[in-house]
Amino acid sequence: MKMQNIKLEIIALGVIILFIAAFAAVSSQEGHEWSGADSQAEDVISDLTGGSYQPWYSSIYQPPSGEIESLLFALQAAIGSLIIGYFLGYYRGRAGLQMQEKRDPVKRAPERAAEEGEGKTDA
Amino acid sequence: MHIMEGFLPHPWWEIWFAVSLPVVALGVYKINRMIKERRETLPLLAVAGAFVFVLSSLKLPSVTGSCSHPTGTGMGAIIFGPWITSVLAVIVLVYQAVFLAHGGLTTLGANAFSMGIAGPAVGYLIYRAAAKSGLHIYLAVFLAATLADWATYLVTSIQLALAFPAASGGVLASFKAFAAVFAVTQVPLAIVEGVVTALMFKYIVQLRSDVLLRMKVLSSDAIKRLKEAAA
Repeated sequence: MKMQNIKLEIIALGVIILFIAAFAAVSSQEGHEWSGADSQAEDVISDLTGGSYQPWYSSIYQPPSGEIESLLFALQAAIGSLIIGYFLGYYRGRAGLQMQEKRDPVKRAPERAAEEGEGKTDA
Repeated sequence: MHIMEGFLPHPWWEIWFAVSLPVVALGVYKINRMIKERRETLPLLAVAGAFVFVLSSLKLPSVTGSCSHPTGTGMGAIIFGPWITSVLAVIVLVYQAVFLAHGGLTTLGANAFSMGIAGPAVGYLIYRAAAKSGLHIYLAVFLAATLADWATYLVTSIQLALAFPAASGGVLASFKAFAAVFAVTQVPLAIVEGVVTALMFKYIVQLRSDVLLRMKVLSSDAIKRLKEAAA
């Protein structure tokens, strides 16, 4: 039953290991730049138009260096992770409390009554 | 899938704005209505948006020797549908266009269409069809998220091909050229995104199945089965 519990986690781990293995295998061959597909599309555009296409508008802000760019990307990931972790953690904690109350209602009941009483005086 | 700033000529950048704008506007309206009627969905909406933030910031190496990034939109599409997800995608695209010079404001309409509308619509339809057919729910989520990601990049290839038809062979030939850059590179990334989304979905089922029930993502029977399997 325990294994059934984390089946999806094991599959996810397996897929990620395969992904890393593929990266290692491709890395071991020479001649890969690991450039972004988005910028490769720019090269295709210049091939197709014979180099005549000029972008008619340029970015309003350009990160001054690769370091700053990676800082901003990391910031984006950090903001996202923070929000996900906060809410999932909050819900997990709350679900744990509810389980505890179900298991041990007698012990928790007076405390709960006190909390509810407080809520009433506030309102 | 980001078409870089200034890389869509007239009239294409205007066309994609015209297509995307009404969808995103309807998405904003739907978000407002949902928050008013079902305030308890708001944290989950934030999580779906945050998921797009995280996944689209990760530039991952692929088997082709180049890097690309997942989209993260499958999760939002499955829970909230493509309209609302388009708004989440636009928020991320604006952040990246303004601060990272990644994508662009003139190409925002086209990028919003591929990442925020076409991908999520594919994901949503696949999830609904797969769940209805009785496929295991996590497998349905995996398929939906994987194909939403992949469809996004195919649509980008189509958008670029329409704007830059090849001198010989026209739109089809240039579609092949752009898809050669995007489609294969994206396959392993899309699979990883699908698995991670399925895992995330599992945690949401465990923690907030009430919202999934109310949004009609899962039936109460399906929730019961998934919870029993996890117990």
